[in-house]
Amino acid sequence: MYWNKTIETMEHNQMEQLQTKRLSAVVEYMYRQVPFYRERMQQLGLLPQDVTTLADISKLPFTEKQDMRENYPYGLFAVPPSEIVRIHASSGTTGKATVVGYTKRDLGIWSEVMARSLTAAGVSNKSFIQIAYGYGLFTGGLGLHYGAELVGASVIPVSSGNTARQISLMMDFGTTALACTPSYALHIADTMKEMGIDPKNTGLKVGIFGAEPWSDNMRSEIETQLNIKTTDIYGLSEIIGPGVACECEMQQGLHINEDHFYPEIINPQTGEVLGEGEKGELVLTTLTKEGMPMIRYRTRDLTMLTRGTCSCGRTLVRMNKVLGRSDDMLIIRGVNVFPSQVESVLLNLGETSPHYQLIVDRQGHLDILTVMVEVSDNMFSDEVRLLEMLERKIQNELASVLKVQARVRLVAAKTLERSEGKAKRVIDNRKI
Amino acid sequence: MIIQQISVFLENKLGTLAEVLATLNNHQVNIRAMSVAETSDFGILRFIVNRPEEVAKVLREANIAVKITPVLTMVLDDNPGGLLEKIQKLSDASISIEYFYAFAVVGTEKARIVLKVSNLEEAQQLIGGHQQDQINEEADFYW
Repeated sequence: MYWNKTIETMEHNQMEQLQTKRLSAVVEYMYRQVPFYRERMQQLGLLPQDVTTLADISKLPFTEKQDMRENYPYGLFAVPPSEIVRIHASSGTTGKATVVGYTKRDLGIWSEVMARSLTAAGVSNKSFIQIAYGYGLFTGGLGLHYGAELVGASVIPVSSGNTARQISLMMDFGTTALACTPSYALHIADTMKEMGIDPKNTGLKVGIFGAEPWSDNMRSEIETQLNIKTTDIYGLSEIIGPGVACECEMQQGLHINEDHFYPEIINPQTGEVLGEGEKGELVLTTLTKEGMPMIRYRTRDLTMLTRGTCSCGRTLVRMNKVLGRSDDMLIIRGVNVFPSQVESVLLNLGETSPHYQLIVDRQGHLDILTVMVEVSDNMFSDEVRLLEMLERKIQNELASVLKVQARVRLVAAKTLERSEGKAKRVIDNRKI
Repeated sequence: MIIQQISVFLENKLGTLAEVLATLNNHQVNIRAMSVAETSDFGILRFIVNRPEEVAKVLREANIAVKITPVLTMVLDDNPGGLLEKIQKLSDASISIEYFYAFAVVGTEKARIVLKVSNLEEAQQLIGGHQQDQINEEADFYW
């Protein structure tokens, strides 16, 4: 089943023609509409007409998360505010979030690519889809929501959390499709068992899981426990949100909606463009967005590309399941967390050179984040009460900045591991 | 009298107290009085030494978080109600006690208490004894 057969099964050279046309248009549009981007191009002595083929894209500068921070909040928008109909945000590398804006047409594109993804995953107008991604600034909930409505499925917009309620709704409403993070799917299965419900005996048929990395082992565990077929969905708010790419029932890579998002793989150290089948960092260019197009956005996700027709008949280029990150970002319960965010919280609390370490464990199927903070002379107190207050204060600040609960542990100065004088910020004990 | 107390942070981990004590021992520091406050995650070791500034420096050099806090100390007579009388005075003046600990005074029948209170100066005036005593106490206290 295809949502948009023409595009999804388009011949490669025809797709390249479409991409070339759209690439020139978006470069010209960005040059005209976004002063930041125009200056970037001018610094390199580039004009829009220098980009006439797909290969010319490598002349263009990369866009990075840092650029979004420097242009916070609306500096990279390419349209006047009156054209923007939706704002989303995701974790920035420090205190400030990364903000994205959508025009009405952008939301249409998003719904379209999500409808393709959901159709590939086995969702149809007969499905009851329970969306257990968070609704709000995070793109997960609303992205799935609009796509599922376009497909014509019956949408159950339950959002994240309250697992027991999720389960009773699932049983009562006859949910056939579940959208959430893969670790949450396993947590749902565990909770079902605790409630005396056999996870194999729900009406569930398919799961659309993403927002965090998951291995093939985890996939088979979910498929066995819940007796469903699962697909991996990929996306990031900077590009559009979920729906950039999604697996089909063949589970042999995620089809990138390349008529809207042009992928490249680069060597993260040198920036050099790599070929098909070579592992590197995924770089994406939005070909059709209006509100906030991105040219060569460095996703920091490590993967590789495979061309050729898939057994499902789709010709859209496939990316591997994401294999890791080229930066230190962590994904905790589907939420992106940067160690530098923890640093900014401690700096804001008056710590001049905070020493900290993030420890991530998976207990059951849930991620647990512990932040170890070295007690410096100036934060130390002779009173237990004051130290406990400090602990709580750090904990509350972290929860509000990271959007995920973290446990804080105060530890003695100079006890956190430093490798060659450089602090080791993250210990990830999860076996994914 | 008001004296300077040293506090150090103790992580709740095997051997941390021994580490601090070893550092003090290496510098021939004699602890005159001490107490430990603990939570599930960490502890605070508080103690009294002869030259607090020098000792704090030694500890800081060993990368230990240190705080010097003025506290109130006094000698109690060895008879029933001696402590109650003092504490009652603080209570009547709405001075709260953050913590306190006691230790025996060497070679006497007396006990000494160390108090961290909300209003140190006022507490000192209420129960800290006369100027004359303080001079004597000083000699006594530092052995």
